Amino acid sequence: MGKLFSADEPVSVLSRRGFLVTSTGAALAFGFLSNADAAVDPGAKGGVPAKLTGPTFDPTIWFSMGADGTVAVNIIRAELGQHVGTALARILADELEVQWSKVKIVHVDSDPKWGLMVTGGSWSVWQTWPLFSRAGAAGRIALIEAGAKLLGVKPETCKARDGVVSSGKKTITYAEIIKKGKLTKTYTPEELDKLPIKPVAERRLVGKPVKSLDIPAKVNGTAIYGIDAKVPGMVYGRPVIPPTRNSSKVNSVDDSAAKKVKGYLQHVVINDPSNTVPGWVVAIAETYPAAIKAADLIKVDWTNGPAAKVSEKDIQDHASALIDDQSKGGILDTGGGDTAAAFTAAKSTLEATYTTATVLHFQMEPLNALAFEKDGVMEIHTGNQWQSLILPTLATALGMPENKIVMRTYIVGGGFGRRLNGDYAVPAALASKAIGKPVKLVFTRADDVRFDSPRSPSVQKLRMAFDGANKVTAMEHSACAGWPTEILAPGFMPKGTNGVAYDPFAIAGADHWYSVGAQKVRAISNDLANTTFRPGWLRSVGPGWTNWAVESFIDEAAHKLKMDPVEFRLMLLTGEGRNKGGTNLTDVGGAKRQAEVVRRAAKLGGWGTKMPADTGLGIATTFGQERDMPTWVSCVARVHVARDTGVVKLEKLSLVADCGAVVDPDGARSQMEGASLWGVSMALHEGTEFVNGQVKATNLGPYTPLRMNDVPALDIAFVTSDQPPVGLGEPATTVVGPAIGNAIYNAVGARLRHIPITPAAVKAALAKT
Amino acid sequence: MTNITINGRTVTVSADDDTPLLWVLRDEVGLTGTKFGCGVGACGACTVHIDGKAVRSCITPVSAVKGKVTTIEGLDPAGAHPVQTAWKAVQVPQCGYCQSGQIMQAAALLKQTPKPTDKEIDAAMTGNLCRCMTYTRIRTAIKQAAEPKAPAKAPATTGEKQ
Repeated sequence: MGKLFSADEPVSVLSRRGFLVTSTGAALAFGFLSNADAAVDPGAKGGVPAKLTGPTFDPTIWFSMGADGTVAVNIIRAELGQHVGTALARILADELEVQWSKVKIVHVDSDPKWGLMVTGGSWSVWQTWPLFSRAGAAGRIALIEAGAKLLGVKPETCKARDGVVSSGKKTITYAEIIKKGKLTKTYTPEELDKLPIKPVAERRLVGKPVKSLDIPAKVNGTAIYGIDAKVPGMVYGRPVIPPTRNSSKVNSVDDSAAKKVKGYLQHVVINDPSNTVPGWVVAIAETYPAAIKAADLIKVDWTNGPAAKVSEKDIQDHASALIDDQSKGGILDTGGGDTAAAFTAAKSTLEATYTTATVLHFQMEPLNALAFEKDGVMEIHTGNQWQSLILPTLATALGMPENKIVMRTYIVGGGFGRRLNGDYAVPAALASKAIGKPVKLVFTRADDVRFDSPRSPSVQKLRMAFDGANKVTAMEHSACAGWPTEILAPGFMPKGTNGVAYDPFAIAGADHWYSVGAQKVRAISNDLANTTFRPGWLRSVGPGWTNWAVESFIDEAAHKLKMDPVEFRLMLLTGEGRNKGGTNLTDVGGAKRQAEVVRRAAKLGGWGTKMPADTGLGIATTFGQERDMPTWVSCVARVHVARDTGVVKLEKLSLVADCGAVVDPDGARSQMEGASLWGVSMALHEGTEFVNGQVKATNLGPYTPLRMNDVPALDIAFVTSDQPPVGLGEPATTVVGPAIGNAIYNAVGARLRHIPITPAAVKAALAKT
Repeated sequence: MTNITINGRTVTVSADDDTPLLWVLRDEVGLTGTKFGCGVGACGACTVHIDGKAVRSCITPVSAVKGKVTTIEGLDPAGAHPVQTAWKAVQVPQCGYCQSGQIMQAAALLKQTPKPTDKEIDAAMTGNLCRCMTYTRIRTAIKQAAEPKAPAKAPATTGEKQ
């Protein structure tokens, strides 16, 4: 896998890798700086972090302690609604042995010293667990040593709890130790790597209920998002978005009509050496409503890119043709095996093609960025998920060195992967540079949608071979879609066994944990999709479509064999060979853990109970996002299908997850709720299509994500585990679609192979039964 | 120039008559708790009260505002309206961006219908999009706010050990 990092690697390696990516400032890798330019404490008034009272204790860059015992934990992850600061700070505070009430979280601005700044892939908890555990332990050990000296006892006789070091009846608080001011202990990365991590059973904060620190400000209007940023003297900008996402060129601009708008100042033709926003014009005005009106009135003559006539059907037809060309694509290492021979020798085979539609991020906060130059530094105030990725692009665009560009951190009004792609910061910075004023660029909803990096539509072809005893002997999976990683971060593409590089995030899921004999997985880039738009990572990325295919197909195979779909899955989840797990710390147990969530979900969802007419249960299971970081999930969906209208009523989802140790129980549950309902939305409610090189739906009305009245009952359970924690932001998204499709089949015998599932498609499928 | 009453304070607004109330609140008055989502009145992130009724401020021209405007900042002086209290107890918000609108919509619902049924909650709240999909908790919190004396109810849970 083209993973960015592994949780098993020592902290020092994580940092080094981060610096390879961010390329500057490696000398600061483990500098012992105090809390730098901290931007957001979601628990503080107005979001501004309070300065710690000195002297402070800074054993690593990850936290500081003030003389009153306050602990400020530095969070490099964006707050997108996952309450990430709360979860991560719990890990550190637990090892540090401090009272939770003393802990504050600080979402920091971009700085090379943090290493790779990215919030995605459901990685945050998984990756931070070893790092923050050791950072907390380092602080605790240093405080115990210093405390022992002050108490006149040996450190071995001391323990730390709730911010107090004690030896027998002698005690001293952390605050008192720090106040004495003699604490200078720091740790090298190598020393940190050697620190032991507490067993889960000895955790005092992890796994215990907690209220999220960011929530109070989100119910009284005081939480500050990127769109709320302001600086004196700023003007507003609204983009005039060109007809094609790529290769548009401005020939001329006529803003004579816009000049009649009160408050309109000027337009800027964006000159972008990074080619992030080709053919862009920005309307500048004193107020945003004036910018909206002016942009509508500005007439631009463009030369279009080549995709001006491309339709969704063109993209999907192209995908089918690419799949049929066996020379295309990267082959994943799935342990080898000769599938061709197996299919030749097969007694029977099964083949099916699955498709998914274009999906929009439609995060609630429309894209925006405030940019201005101050003392030779370009400051960009915006919510972002992958600062380390866009900073080099900004440097190219602006012709400035990377270390002269800072991204200030804000709470993000919904990410879902849209803000992994920081392209929206580029036109804001360039507009500000062009006019020499702070520019706050805000996208209207239609602008935001037209500039989205949507989830690519996909086509997938699956085949399975069976021997005379109905044993599965081989499986092939070819998947074709636009590839976000190829377009936005090609450095993260590994090479397949045939030497062809592939987007790991666009194929993960196809390399499943079922033991199916010979297995071939082929990942194919849809170059027509890639030139028509910039494909994006959207919540659950590839596993959101690959599992639609895998889990629908496994169900079809079970029915072909006249086997119970649960039994069939359990039969294939043997946990043998490459599916045994144990290749790293987080896949211990392998497919046997997946089998266990299948059993539990079946029980929870009432598998095998008698259903009313036209009502059915469907099951699906996945390993979440990546083989290296499996989050084992399974879902039973219960649906009722109205045969006359084709309307599918989703009545209930029963979900079971094994994500290792649960760090923040309520936060984990809320991620499961949100992720599973995203799965519902993409399976039954939302999707659009390309028409003339643009997405057809540009606002609510035509675009119809899940609303309150269609929410099913949710029953969510976690497997109790003391394994290291893995991610939860996306895995539940991946199981829901196929569980619904399989439930529809069990309810009325209609097999759906495209999402979103529409009533018309259900009626058409019913007609074939 | 228009005078409007916002959170009990009379404000003189210089924006053009056709300027949506949303931008007056956010950019002229500085009350950024009310959010911009879709600009067409279809997501509910911009919901405020005018004389206690839920209104979409993104499609309400400032000149059409005749009554008293209440925003999330003015719903309760201490941020402790029963709906806000329930929202915190149930830990409703994820990203939080839509929640000002959700809370204002829910507060208006409860004012009119103190004990709403599930159908009434659907009818009132379906116009408010939550992209993080916190819908289950929104429903739980509305019910809790409707009966603030009832003990706090945790979200539906199945035992960790089956």
